[in-house]
Amino acid sequence: MNLYSLTPFDLALAAGLVLALGVVQVLLGLGLFRTLAFNSVRMVLQLLLVGVILEAVFDAATLPWIALIAMVMMGLAGYEVVARQKRAIRGWHGYGIGLAAMSATALIVTVLALTFMIETDPWYTPQYAIPLLGMILGNTMTGIGLALNNLTQTAWQSRREIEARLVLGHSVRDATAELRSDSMRAGLIPTLNMLAAAGVISLPGMMTGQILAGSPPIEAVKYQILIMFLIAAATGFGSLVAVQLGARRLFDARDRLRLDRLRSGR
Amino acid sequence: MLFEVKGLQGQHVPPVSFSLEAGEVLTVQGESGVGKSQLLRALADLSPHDGEVWLDGAEQQAMPATEWRRQVGLVPAESGWWADTVAEHFPGRPSDDWWERLRLRAALWESPVDRLSSGERQRLAVLRALVLMPRVLLLDEPTANLDRDNASAMAEVLLGYVREHGAAAVWISHNPEEVRAHARRWLEMKPEGGVLHESV
Repeated sequence: MNLYSLTPFDLALAAGLVLALGVVQVLLGLGLFRTLAFNSVRMVLQLLLVGVILEAVFDAATLPWIALIAMVMMGLAGYEVVARQKRAIRGWHGYGIGLAAMSATALIVTVLALTFMIETDPWYTPQYAIPLLGMILGNTMTGIGLALNNLTQTAWQSRREIEARLVLGHSVRDATAELRSDSMRAGLIPTLNMLAAAGVISLPGMMTGQILAGSPPIEAVKYQILIMFLIAAATGFGSLVAVQLGARRLFDARDRLRLDRLRSGR
Repeated sequence: MLFEVKGLQGQHVPPVSFSLEAGEVLTVQGESGVGKSQLLRALADLSPHDGEVWLDGAEQQAMPATEWRRQVGLVPAESGWWADTVAEHFPGRPSDDWWERLRLRAALWESPVDRLSSGERQRLAVLRALVLMPRVLLLDEPTANLDRDNASAMAEVLLGYVREHGAAAVWISHNPEEVRAHARRWLEMKPEGGVLHESV
């Protein structure tokens, strides 16, 4: 099968559909036109920028360049994890916990997949490494953000119950067992839903992309299965690491619940 | 000396020093917001603070926090309940004697926490602390939600516990009459610090 290349005219036609939506919004007085327009332009610029960068990196294909790109992706994801929480842990700890959890999982899972499963040569071949890390990181980031948000928010809401156990001499471990397991579950819910819906309710983007690019469907499906497993493992382990680190930060060396280490709610 | 507090001070606690012998009850009074509840939290080591707190010759910071809190039992003004039924909040069923003295119905043992009245919660929270046999009790208005008869039954139980077990109690009360007769001294909390008075 051939790859049908898109012309600027094709993209302009698609943009025309969004423009039509904007016109209808203005006529109905919904007041979302400016946001829609701004975000659409932003999306085009971001993607064009990524396209240019990826072209350059694919041409260079040296490990330092790819490591730099990976670091920038991780850094932005770490920031995003904090931004998504209502009462994030203050200071560099809040950022560091998300980043540590993602490094310990998304990065390791990606490298494992490249070296032992896909076995690209060299292992950091950018056409594989960067999209793979992007997909795994995106999902892990969402999971960790949800898990930490649940952890800090629930700790805040249940402070009386937690301290009631502490004053009876319970350990932090016992007093937070439910909080921690609930938070890990919260981080995994989108992944569980994704696994359940795959192929039935939604056709995953990567698989669709591969099919559009001319791959035989069964090859695309195999890749998609691999990605799903990688995402599930990275998100699950990521939530686990983040919740353990986060829960430790909620208490000090004297087992006191330190809600003053959280930002005030937004 | 059973319990000694030397220069205790925290972000929301004015400087306080006092000591308690076995069998002694110290009432704490002062305006709302002056830091009475925060003082009890610091004594239970629930919040960061400066100064020293000694129990029977052992310093607070030198003892594991879980062990300290078992021996220095805090009963906060509002109790927290983390499980569904009353029984799940206790290590085992307290003897019938306790239930009678606190005027609690034995059937409450199996009942869901969200069905309890505020007075029942308060008495069960005290019972939950007492069964751990603490050396020092930190009581934040333990009779606030109780009618007069139940309040005096509660006071009797707490004072009896302190007397019989050679324990001590720090007792915040807005109604000092109920304990003053049993308290040799009382602590007046002021924004600039705690002042000890002899009871008259």
